[in-house]
Amino acid sequence: MANSRFVYVTYIRTTPEKLWKALIDPEFTRKYWCETVQECDWKPGSTWRNTGPGGKLADQGKILEFDPPRRLVLTWQNELFAPMKEEGYSRLTYELEKAGTSVKLTLIHEMDKPQSKLIEGVSTGWPHILSSLKSLLETGESLEETRKWPEGI
Amino acid sequence: MSAGMDKVFKALADASRRRLLDRLRADNGQTLTQLCRHLDMSRQAVTKHLRVLEAARLVVILWRGREKLHYLNPVPIHQIADRWIEKYERGRLRMLAELKDKLEGESDG
Repeated sequence: MANSRFVYVTYIRTTPEKLWKALIDPEFTRKYWCETVQECDWKPGSTWRNTGPGGKLADQGKILEFDPPRRLVLTWQNELFAPMKEEGYSRLTYELEKAGTSVKLTLIHEMDKPQSKLIEGVSTGWPHILSSLKSLLETGESLEETRKWPEGI
Repeated sequence: MSAGMDKVFKALADASRRRLLDRLRADNGQTLTQLCRHLDMSRQAVTKHLRVLEAARLVVILWRGREKLHYLNPVPIHQIADRWIEKYERGRLRMLAELKDKLEGESDG
């Protein structure tokens, strides 16, 4: 039972296939997710790494479930900030569901720890990243504040 | 989109529903029983209000085993802000809101 959990549901005017690609393809992620690129061969059990410019490791974990274009689950440990890293692995789930001409995207980021600092941190990060992703898919342009890796990190 | 926004404003126009959102903001991911515990409303009334909040996508449901958990979904309110508040105004507005809270001795906790 997770004690800290962030839930976000958004509807994006696109197809499940395109959204799935946007979630993992570096050509997309670097535009809406602060220049980050995920390194992974996308198979259950594989290592997953989320890296910033110059290959700087931001987060890492393992793929638990990979079921395109429906469900992706992975473990996630932050590598940038000691108090978050110390908490160990959290769990990230993306669920995609066709809803008319849109796709319902549910993101769940959870950790089996009360008052997790990581979950508190991502709770302010995800809304920016995901609304930028929505903007990118619907208009072709991501939000400016998510296009660059944060200075000083 | 505009029909969706109508639902959000209607849902937010009711003090009991705003109180429900406050409860979820304080402690996200509650069951109906947990939500009822702190509110002076019948279980039926809470259920009805939750349905309106769900239709407006302000509340989302997650099933965990047999437990039905309610979460505050920040997306619709974020979209309202995006529509009427320019990005560069946000920092200033936040500063002014904090100043007002400080001067008036309010707290949102």
